[in-house]
Amino acid sequence: MEQEMLLWVRGTGLQIAAAVFVVGMVYRMLHLLLLGRKMSLAQPRGSEWSGGLRTMWRRSFVSTKLSARGNFTVIAGFIFHIGFFVTLFFLGQHIALFRAVLGLHWPALPRGVIDISAVLAIGAMVALLVHRFVDPVKRLLSDYQDYLTWALSFLPLLTGFMLLRKIGFDYITLLTLHIASVEMLLVAAPFTKLAHMFSTFISRWYNGAVNGFKGINI
Amino acid sequence: MKEHETLEQRLHEQGISRRSFLKFCAAMATMMALPPGSASAIAATLAKVNRPSVIWLSFQECTGCTESLTRSHSPALESLIFDMISLDYHHTLQAASGFAAEQSREDAMKEFHGKYLLLVDGSIPIKDGGVYSTIAGRTNLDMLLEAAKGAAAIVAVGSCAAFGGLPNAQPNPTGAVAVSDLIKDKPIINISGCPPIPAVITGVLAHYLTFGALPALDDRGRPKAFYGETIHDRCYRRPFYDQGKFAKTFDDEGARNGWCLYELGCKGPTTHNACATTKWNGGTSFPIESGHGCIGCSEPKFWDAGSFYAPLPAPTADVASVAKAAAAIGAGAAVAFSALDRAKKNKVQQSREKLTVDDLKGE
Repeated sequence: MEQEMLLWVRGTGLQIAAAVFVVGMVYRMLHLLLLGRKMSLAQPRGSEWSGGLRTMWRRSFVSTKLSARGNFTVIAGFIFHIGFFVTLFFLGQHIALFRAVLGLHWPALPRGVIDISAVLAIGAMVALLVHRFVDPVKRLLSDYQDYLTWALSFLPLLTGFMLLRKIGFDYITLLTLHIASVEMLLVAAPFTKLAHMFSTFISRWYNGAVNGFKGINI
Repeated sequence: MKEHETLEQRLHEQGISRRSFLKFCAAMATMMALPPGSASAIAATLAKVNRPSVIWLSFQECTGCTESLTRSHSPALESLIFDMISLDYHHTLQAASGFAAEQSREDAMKEFHGKYLLLVDGSIPIKDGGVYSTIAGRTNLDMLLEAAKGAAAIVAVGSCAAFGGLPNAQPNPTGAVAVSDLIKDKPIINISGCPPIPAVITGVLAHYLTFGALPALDDRGRPKAFYGETIHDRCYRRPFYDQGKFAKTFDDEGARNGWCLYELGCKGPTTHNACATTKWNGGTSFPIESGHGCIGCSEPKFWDAGSFYAPLPAPTADVASVAKAAAAIGAGAAVAFSALDRAKKNKVQQSREKLTVDDLKGE
């Protein structure tokens, strides 16, 4: 049975997940962009583009003194995102997947580095979840979607790490679970706050462009 | 019908020494991971046991399984299998042909009803009444059902008999199925592989003769002693996998240094078999040792699990085309709904009544 399930998640399951992800994401992002903005009749005092692009870059660096989010959330958030991306894009097995689907490939990082990035990402996610429970404000602000998206992002990391380190189950079961968890993430992404993987740059550009138009240089 | 004398007598007649026989028993006990001292118990039992009648049915197959067994290195311990059993029917090996051959099978089935071992290699086509493979005018399906009735146990030799194998691969034009898909009321042991390791067949038979029961099986009906671990678990190239050192082509520096063949399509991590430990051709090597990845031949659906040269993470279906079509659909839907939104907005704006001075005067 497990071979058939692995075959399904590598074939039909992946096709379904990719179809839902791409339809949903392209629809949501394009729909957002096509909403457009009312043309401003004011005399522009600066460039929308330079302001937009600058803010896309600058928002990557949050001043913890100026942010209401606090040191912990910002630092743990950074560690998670960096660990997640390093693991996703620089593990040899993942590059083999990108090569098979997109035809693009690049050098992998050594396995020791990937182990560290994965552990950092997993640790940061656990810390963020605990903080969400412990911090009264965060707890009040959290709804089911916060926990759902946490689980959807956490499971691929966890199953992937278990697979590489041969923890718990056998290879076939873990590989099936790993691919299935990624497929769940792909299916849910366009319809949850996980859509920020694309929309975050659009909204940053928008904020920057508004300021750029007014000649505000931040 | 020839006399079914004991194994010891038979070996003595052939001039095989007791020393060779004990070596064989020790090898079997070791391979099957039996406790120390089992070798002498196996020897004592096998020496006395009456050679059981074995009927070997070959269906949709390529005879590779028989080749694997009979062409093992010489003098092979595995070849002793033919001294342990009385092979009463086997297409390739029997001297009789035509009606005489079929008669020999029927005689054995009658005389040893309920006691004979049934070995099957090849899948069974069931589409259109099973007409796609017949022997002596009878369908494989018919012959299997008849022979299974009087069998003490059934051994499905090779991936075709165990899981449907190659004939069962998409689109499966003959409706090929495994033995276990058709027979539900007999103990079945699957010895998968394309072909299976000869020592595994011998080991299972030795176990059956010694203990009178089939060995412990996994959830696929395969003996755990041989299929309990994956090729990857016991692969001598495993350290390179753990270090992330992969050969990129079959002749690059990595390949020459013996790095892991994962990216060249090795299915070792998802394949349960004993190749990495038992090896082939008298312990010479196994495919990965010869520089080629494992193709996963001892697992169900191995033929449909994507290219042998595509790495495990690669999708087994065309994902890129699906994604392109999905992007077009998503973009089309976004443009259409945006146009609808805009039309609705314009309509609302146009239907809005303008406030006039008269309205303000009111009453």
